[in-house]
This record gives sequence, structure tokens and C-alpha cells, in this order.
Amino acid sequence: MLEYSEIMIRYGELSTKGKNIKLFIQQLAKNIRSALQAHPKVKIHGQKDRMYLILNGEPSQIIIEKLRPIFGIQTFSPVVKVDKQLEKIYQAAAELVASEYVPGQSFKVNAKRADRAFELDTIGLNREVGHAVICAIPEIEVKMKQPDIELRVEIRHDAAYLSVATIKGAGGLPVGSSGKGMLMLSGGIDSPVAGYLAMKRGVEIEAVHFYSPPYTSEQALNKAKELTVKLTPYVGSIQFITVPFTEIQEAIKENVPSGYLMTITRRFMMRLTDLIREKRGGLAIINGESLGQVASQTLESMTAINEVTTTPVIRPVITMDKLEIIDLAEKIDTFDLAVLPFEDCCTIFAPPQPKTKPKLEKVLEYEKRLDVDDLIQRAFDGMVFEKIQTGDYFLTSGQQEFEDLL
Amino acid sequence: MIYFDNSATTVVDASVLDTYIQTTKRIIGNPSSLHFLGTQADRLLQQARGQIAELLNVEDKEIYFTSGGTEGNNWVIKGTAIEKHPFGKHIIISDVEHSAVGKAAAQLETLGFEISRAPVDQKGRIKVDALAALIRPETILVSTMLVNNEVGAIQPIKEIGKVLESYPNIHFHVDAVQGLGKLPLQNWLTARVDFATFSSHKFHGPKGVGFVFWRRGRKLAPLLNGGGQEFGGRSGTENVPGITAMSKAVRLQLTDEEAKCHQQRQLQTYLIEALKTFDNVSLFTEPTDEYAPHIVCFGINGIKGEVLVHAFEEKNILISTTSACSSRSHVTGSTLHAMGVPGDIGTTAVRVSFSSHSTMSELEQFLVSFRHIYEKFSKVSR
Repeated sequence: MLEYSEIMIRYGELSTKGKNIKLFIQQLAKNIRSALQAHPKVKIHGQKDRMYLILNGEPSQIIIEKLRPIFGIQTFSPVVKVDKQLEKIYQAAAELVASEYVPGQSFKVNAKRADRAFELDTIGLNREVGHAVICAIPEIEVKMKQPDIELRVEIRHDAAYLSVATIKGAGGLPVGSSGKGMLMLSGGIDSPVAGYLAMKRGVEIEAVHFYSPPYTSEQALNKAKELTVKLTPYVGSIQFITVPFTEIQEAIKENVPSGYLMTITRRFMMRLTDLIREKRGGLAIINGESLGQVASQTLESMTAINEVTTTPVIRPVITMDKLEIIDLAEKIDTFDLAVLPFEDCCTIFAPPQPKTKPKLEKVLEYEKRLDVDDLIQRAFDGMVFEKIQTGDYFLTSGQQEFEDLL
Repeated sequence: MIYFDNSATTVVDASVLDTYIQTTKRIIGNPSSLHFLGTQADRLLQQARGQIAELLNVEDKEIYFTSGGTEGNNWVIKGTAIEKHPFGKHIIISDVEHSAVGKAAAQLETLGFEISRAPVDQKGRIKVDALAALIRPETILVSTMLVNNEVGAIQPIKEIGKVLESYPNIHFHVDAVQGLGKLPLQNWLTARVDFATFSSHKFHGPKGVGFVFWRRGRKLAPLLNGGGQEFGGRSGTENVPGITAMSKAVRLQLTDEEAKCHQQRQLQTYLIEALKTFDNVSLFTEPTDEYAPHIVCFGINGIKGEVLVHAFEEKNILISTTSACSSRSHVTGSTLHAMGVPGDIGTTAVRVSFSSHSTMSELEQFLVSFRHIYEKFSKVSR
């Protein structure tokens, strides 16, 4: 296995940003720095078109894995640095191509020369390095257009840099570059996917979870936290906010006709999330609503629920089919957790026949029976904050728990 | 006491027993319960599963806990029959299967299934060509053992798997009860093996627990219906202490596997070489890679195996006639019979089986006793 000395990162979509590009690159560098906390020797150089990570001896394979989930990276290439001696360049070239080569594949050499004093020009480099590769792998095919393997050779002033693999990054925008939003995280399939997609477009998220003991169990709370853990690799850590919701649910249940329970409950959640957003400096609310999926997700219901705020509500999965959402949930490894059968606050007081077309004037009339501000304030005062990081566990156990038994 | 009957069952490892006791005391919940004692038990269960999966290099969800080898074999055979009978009612086993396979298949014959039994060669190894010739369009299952429990022959699982690569719809089950820790997993657990059965008490774990490897994507009907435990495949409240202890036993069994196999192979070689010096001894095992390292099958001509077992028992040495499960029934040793060993020689057979706990000094003592017994019987039968 070749040890790489640098990793070159391409921005993709970022490159099209005009004067703001500096901010985007700074945010990406910050996110990479936080993902590579355990590797302090890595130096990050963010340039306008590319970013270079100088590894300084840190293990390239581990760092490659940690770069994969980071949004804002289109592709990246591990780079080998060798002395500017032709023999060394040939040897590294042959080794690099061999490490990627699968019988039947084609290749080409793409040489660049910043050091004009170097003994070969680019045409000569292409030819001679190509020859070295063919000597090492005689059956390899040469193809100028769309080769399977493109070996890049760059002669800079200090050394020669070679790379062959182009690894697909996570795409999207650096998390945080689009500001902060509050994710309403229930513990189901949809909301973690919504959080993931919002992060992909650069939104930094904080997770808001409504907790109604004893109607919902501690496991349901832990499940929501565990789902949050699954979202941390994209950012490093996520603020998890537990909002006590029992009193509000009981008050609604007592005072509101069953057909409007759901609508009014949702309005309370939206109000609380918006209040928390304001206090936390967020700009948007994110939820996992998918049009027509359940009673609260008809356009009529959304109108009635959304009426409590003018804050942008981002609904990343709004037009997705359930199966499309499940595919994404499986991709980000939240599906198996999400389907664990714990009651959550959405199901616990679910009326047999919720209104799919609630009328706003009725909603407002029923809400008058409740001391809305007072209930909201008490729930708000009871909030609990917890910073959740990659490697935390809540439902599953750590290795240590049963170590002595197994 | 010298215990050389490890193919029948093994002594529970002290630390495995400790796990069993500690788990019974500490982890009291039912893994299906919603409260914290339940979830605690479930976490332990899933970790035990994960550990076995990791050691076998398979996925967690490919490990299903059972009550042991007999259940595992019955499940895969009958579960396949229930699941796949619309596609065919033909099953292939071998001539030398354990009765948990042989009789499970025989029961299906009463329901209209056809069972073909592949022959073995003189060494007790399945003839792969003959097995391949038995395959028909309506064949739904091939079930063979990994290590023969009577003579120790290792079956050509890889070769059978190669044949079955041309028949992707046929389930391939391996009864691996005698094989865990006796030969490297990669020698047989190939991508073509769909199911494999294991039993805890054969590798120093507790009795009454085992597991089945069930490759993802294959279909198998449950035999035990109920609460939907084991991903719906095998209902019944999980034997958490047994499973946890077994998981540890798997880990221990596969630790230093190579060295332990080598040690047992040395004992086997030593015993076989010693037995070869006696004129009236018939040997049915060879100390080569074609046989597992822990089994030696032999007989003294003219002396029934059962008599030899009791003669050793008098000297506080425990061995077996060819299979403990059938040693009380007076059938011809089925593997030897299938190998073409004449009946009067087959009935003399006894089996010595080692474990990683067996030592050379025990074997020396065994040989001293063997000489006494051999001389005594030589006088009697003269």
C-alpha cells in the first residue's frame, strides 16, 4: 500500500460561488479540521480552486474515510510526493497505476509542469511516464478519451506530485455555510433524512425533540439521540435539545375536540421550535414532512400549522415517496433505528380520525381555551441541552458494557 | 479420569461457565420486554450475535440462535422443504449424515419428498461426481456434513459448492457441528454455502444452545412460530445465558485455532502410529488433512466396540462407539458401512476424540491401558 503525502480536494459547486467563495472555503476548512481532530499534524491549505491537505505522516487511509461524508467536497485525490528524479517518478507512476488497475482497463498520463527548468516538457513526460507504466503492466491499454485510469503528474518547484484515484466526495455545500436551522426530530424515518439533506445544502442543524414521559418512553428519547449520532459524521457534533411536552399534550387532550388534537399539537411544536430557533440564532425550521403521507401533512394541515410562524420551514423530503425516503434512510444508516417500535409523541394521543382538512378559524377558536403563552414558556424553561458526538451511544451499548461476559 | 469422547460432548470451559452463571444472575430480563431490563438483555443478545458474526466474518443478521445441532439441522431441512416445495420435492444428502439430518430427511419422504443419498469413498469422503449426478431440476436442497462424526473425514465442501455454482437455486446446507475450530473457516465457508449448523456443547460451551448461519437473501420457513424472535425465524424466548456463554466459547475456540489443531493433530498422529504396531487393530482414520485432527476411529478385530468401550471405562478412560447418539442402538456403524467396511469389522469400531484440553500424558496413559486390554483380549479370543 502506498502512503500518500497529500490529498487534493475539488470543490465542485463551490467553485461557482462569486465573491462569497472565501467564506465557503473557510467553512469547509473548519469542518475538515473538526473531522480530523485526531490528526493534528494535517495542514490545510484552502486555495480558490482547490484545497490541499498536507498529511505530514498522518495515516492517509483513515483520513480518506473521514473525508468521504464531508459536504462541500466534490471529489478528492490522494497524492504521492516524490523527488524530481525521473527514475523515482517512473517507479511511483507504475506502482500507483498498478494499485488501481483491473485487467482490461485503459489509462492515460496527464502531465503538468510548473517547473520550466525540468528536464522533460509535458509532452515528453506524458510519453516517458506512459512508457514506464506500460513496461510494468504490458497488457494495459492506452486511451486518450475517457480512460479508466488517469494518472496525473505535476512537476512543481519542490517535488513531483502524482495521483491516480479520484474519490467521489459527498457533494453539497459545507455545513454551516448556509446558516443554522432547527431540525424537528421525532424518531421516525423521515426527520433524520430531512436533517441529512438540509446539512447537504450547507445548513448547520440543531435537533429539537419533544419528550412526553410517561406517555413516551426513555427509549424513544434515546432512539432520537441515537439517530442524531448517525447524523454527526457530517459535522462532528450536533446540539440535541429535549423539550418537555407532557403538560402541553395533556392540556390539549383535555380541552380540544379529538379531530383537532393533532393540528393544535403540531402548532405548539412549531411555536416552540421557532422560539428556540430565535434564541439559538437559527434562520430556519427543518422537518420531515412529506406531502400527503399522514393527516398532518396535507396542504390544508400544513397551512393551519404553519400559520404560527413566518420563519422559513424547510421540508427536504416534501415531494419524495416513502420508498425514496427509506432508500436514503438506509444509505445514512438511520432506517434500522427508526423502525424500532417505541411510542413517540406523535402517535401517543393520535385520535382515531384526525382532520385532514382542519379549518383555521376553528383551530384559533379551540386554542383560545388554552393558555398558550404560559404553556409554551414552561416547556421552553424546561429545555435540556446535550451535545451529541460521533461515537456516543444511547440505545446500543458500548463495547465495555458486557466485556466481562463475552 | 481421561475423557476422550469430545465428539460426543466437551467439558464446559471454566470461564464460559462463569459467563453462564453471571449472565443468569445479572441479566434477568426477557429481551422482548420494553423496560430497561428487557433492553439490557436485548443489547447483550445482539452483542453476542455480533461477536459470533464477526468471528465467522459474516453479517450479524446471518446468525440465528437455536437449541443446538439437532434443531439446526431439522430447521434447515424442513424449513427449506416448507419454503421451496412448490419448486420441487427432491433433496440430496449423503450416506454418512448424522441422524439429525438423515431422519429429518426420512420424515419428509412420508410427505412425498424424494431423498437421494450420495455415496462416499473408502475414506468416508463424499464422491462429488456421484453427488453431482443426483441433481435434478426439482432438487431444492443439498445437505452434507463438514466433519464426519464417526471417522473424522472432512467432506469436500468447496468442491460440492463449485458444482452447485451452476445451480444457484438449490439451498446448500453444511452440518458443521463437528467442525468449528477443527479446520480453518475459509477452507469451507465459501460464498456458495447458504446455511451451516453449529452446536455449542461441541466446543466447550453449554448444552442446549447452538446457532445457524443463514445467508442473507435465502428463504427458510420457521419451524417454531410464536413471538417472532430471531428476526421472525425462530420464535421462543432467547436463551440469553446460553447464547452469551456460547458466544464466548466460539471466541475461545477460534483463538489460537491453528496451534490447537496442531496439538490435536500431534496426538492423533501419535495414537495412530502406536496403534499400527498392533497386528489385530483396524484403523479407519488417517492423520492427514483429509481428516479432522481430533478423531481416531479404530477397532480390535473380533472385539465388539461396545465391549472395548466398557473395558476402557473400567480403567477410567472414556471413549465411544462410533456415535454417542446411536451407541445404544444396535445399528451397523453407518459411516463405516457406507465406506464398504464389512459388518464384522465395522462392529468393532470405537472412537477416540480429543479436544484442545487433551494432553500427551493422557494419551500415554491411554496407550498403557490399551496394551493391557489388547493382551487380555488376545488371550481370550485365542
